[in-house]
Amino acid sequence: MTAVATAPTSTVPAPAADTSYPAAERAAVDDSARWPVLFFFGNGLLWLMLATVMGLITSIQLAFPTFLADIPFLTYGRLWPAFTNTLSFGWGSLAGLGVTIWLLARLGRVRVKFPGVLVTGAVFWQVGLTYGIISILAGKTTGLEGLEIPTGSAILMLVGYMLIGFWALLLFSFRSQSAPFISVWYLVAALLWFPWSFAVAHAAHVLPNVSGVVQGVVAAWASQNFLSVWLTGIGLAAAYYLIPKVINRPVASYNLATIGFWSFIVFTGLTGAVRLSGGPIPAWLVTLSIAANIMLLVQIVTVTTNLVMTMRGQYHMVYHSPTIRFTFFGAIAFTIGSSLGLLSSLRSVDRIVHFTQFQNAETQLVIYSFFSMVLFGAIYYILPRMVGCEWLSSTMITMHFWGAAYGGGLLVVVLLLSGLSTGYALSDPGVTVRQIIESNSVWLAGAILGWVLIAIGHLVFGLHFLLMLLRIGQPGGEPTLFTPIGEEAKH
Amino acid sequence: MNRSLFLLAGIIGSFALSTFLLVLVPQMQLGGMQPQYTDDEGKITDIYPIENRGIAASGRAVYISEGCVYCHSQQVRDVQNGADLDRGWGVRRTVARDYLFDSPPLLGSSRIGPDLANVGSAKWRNEPTDEDPQYKPAKRDAAWHLLHLYDPRTIVKESNMPSYRYLFEERPISGQRSVDALNVPTKDGWEVVPKPEARELVGYLLSLDRSHPLKEAKTATPEVAAK
Repeated sequence: MTAVATAPTSTVPAPAADTSYPAAERAAVDDSARWPVLFFFGNGLLWLMLATVMGLITSIQLAFPTFLADIPFLTYGRLWPAFTNTLSFGWGSLAGLGVTIWLLARLGRVRVKFPGVLVTGAVFWQVGLTYGIISILAGKTTGLEGLEIPTGSAILMLVGYMLIGFWALLLFSFRSQSAPFISVWYLVAALLWFPWSFAVAHAAHVLPNVSGVVQGVVAAWASQNFLSVWLTGIGLAAAYYLIPKVINRPVASYNLATIGFWSFIVFTGLTGAVRLSGGPIPAWLVTLSIAANIMLLVQIVTVTTNLVMTMRGQYHMVYHSPTIRFTFFGAIAFTIGSSLGLLSSLRSVDRIVHFTQFQNAETQLVIYSFFSMVLFGAIYYILPRMVGCEWLSSTMITMHFWGAAYGGGLLVVVLLLSGLSTGYALSDPGVTVRQIIESNSVWLAGAILGWVLIAIGHLVFGLHFLLMLLRIGQPGGEPTLFTPIGEEAKH
Repeated sequence: MNRSLFLLAGIIGSFALSTFLLVLVPQMQLGGMQPQYTDDEGKITDIYPIENRGIAASGRAVYISEGCVYCHSQQVRDVQNGADLDRGWGVRRTVARDYLFDSPPLLGSSRIGPDLANVGSAKWRNEPTDEDPQYKPAKRDAAWHLLHLYDPRTIVKESNMPSYRYLFEERPISGQRSVDALNVPTKDGWEVVPKPEARELVGYLLSLDRSHPLKEAKTATPEVAAK
């Protein structure tokens, strides 16, 4: 407890952190960002609810193939891509953009002008995405994994994104804090990378001269960028902001953060071809991507060290602050997920786990246990500042955490184990496919249980969010904590 | 200000590098690829691959629209990368030229079911050769595939593949029973026949054969290569 009391006075403020300007001005910045941020969060959350239902159904279908199989638009082959797109482009991108805008305004000490532009962009995105998901369910897709949304819908989404991304970059260029904070580096990188890689990949599909496996390589590249630059960039930006902010001490090392960021931005974009490891593509591409993956070890180590050092001595905060509990969980998941990604890119591991649920587990780990958990943490922090009251019930936050952390964790673990067992079985030609199916059933049951827990967590979170929008909560000022820290740790 | 210019330059430079290496160079390397022409004293005797047409092309669209790719890959890896060849999914690894006319290529990233790169080939099998004789390699003709699509579990009891009954229709028998009618239990005086989509899909599956010898891919068994 004394550590908390002394921390703010015994350390210098974080470089360019937003505590350096008066609370009244912070409130004015929050005020200017209110409508776009609420719009992004609210819509993102609706997509999350839909994705939860879809995820639950597909997990049941894997174990019981006849489940809803006779309804064309709910067949596994359509529902699965609809699920991944809903989760990535609906929940991940929209909620991520909400956090991005708020962080850029807060950290840049700049008010959001004409928030209607952001909302208009989001509406375009929504219309394109809704039409895209309906198309996938109706069986109209590009056939490219990770880029299933038909090009017409993708263009609408991209137009909407251009408005949002441009407005967000304006926040960056009109900031009044001169030296950008670590989070801002990641956000600017994410904002510039996403439209580029999304547009190039769709162009490669549509242009007449690109056919055959090149389309596959470009799609793999774009999916990898989406996960590892776009979502990961936003997730790390939020973690770099929230952990020091709530702990109330600066990021441990600015130099480590610099090294981590540059290795991230240079090497991540080269890792995509491992998705086609062993496949019919030039071998040098895979070798290059494996090398880039190994170089990313620098980022994994520096980011982990930095965030853990920032938390040092303050671990008890996970018992008090919902934001810290979710965000720190996410940060640890980042480390585990990235390390697994590195490990499984190695040829000796890849030959076993390629084509199995192991790869699904890695994606799930990054998109859910890391990115989504950090985003939940961010929403727990940001939303009270948008609606003017605090979260109603710490019990509900606890239920959400247990559902998301244990459900998500269980899902990752069973998918990893399922992947390993299937992978070893597949590499032994003496094991028949029907034996593999039988040995897999226990893992598939575990995956269903994982999804049920996640769904309970999301239901509680959705309800809590709705109560906040209706201004049903604790009076503003004091954050809702799991257990009180004592009066010294206000933020 | 210098700092943020440096930041922007670094970000743009990094994605220029990434796009160059993972998008432009592969396109330069593979974009101009041609089918393999075999000629005999100036006369072309063989071209591989050739573009899908007719039923195979429309069946491919059904394959994409039903999302078969989420459970079935269409790529055979070399021996050092997995047991694909030993499993009987192909006689050689697949290479870029095999997918020359595929837009998009249906490589797949998941094997919840078997690889289908060569499922139309008579040599394709999904059972070990020494297995229980009751599971002896099936002759996978059109009738087999139609029945398997309609209800996979009538053929493989443990199958985890969804049934695609919606690609079939149940109709009252008018006059003679249709020659395409599936041999499955149904109401008296009714029959189950494939819709066009099911026929096309099966046509596509039967067209899948990437065992044609290519000079850049070593074939596993010499007698097949010589053929």
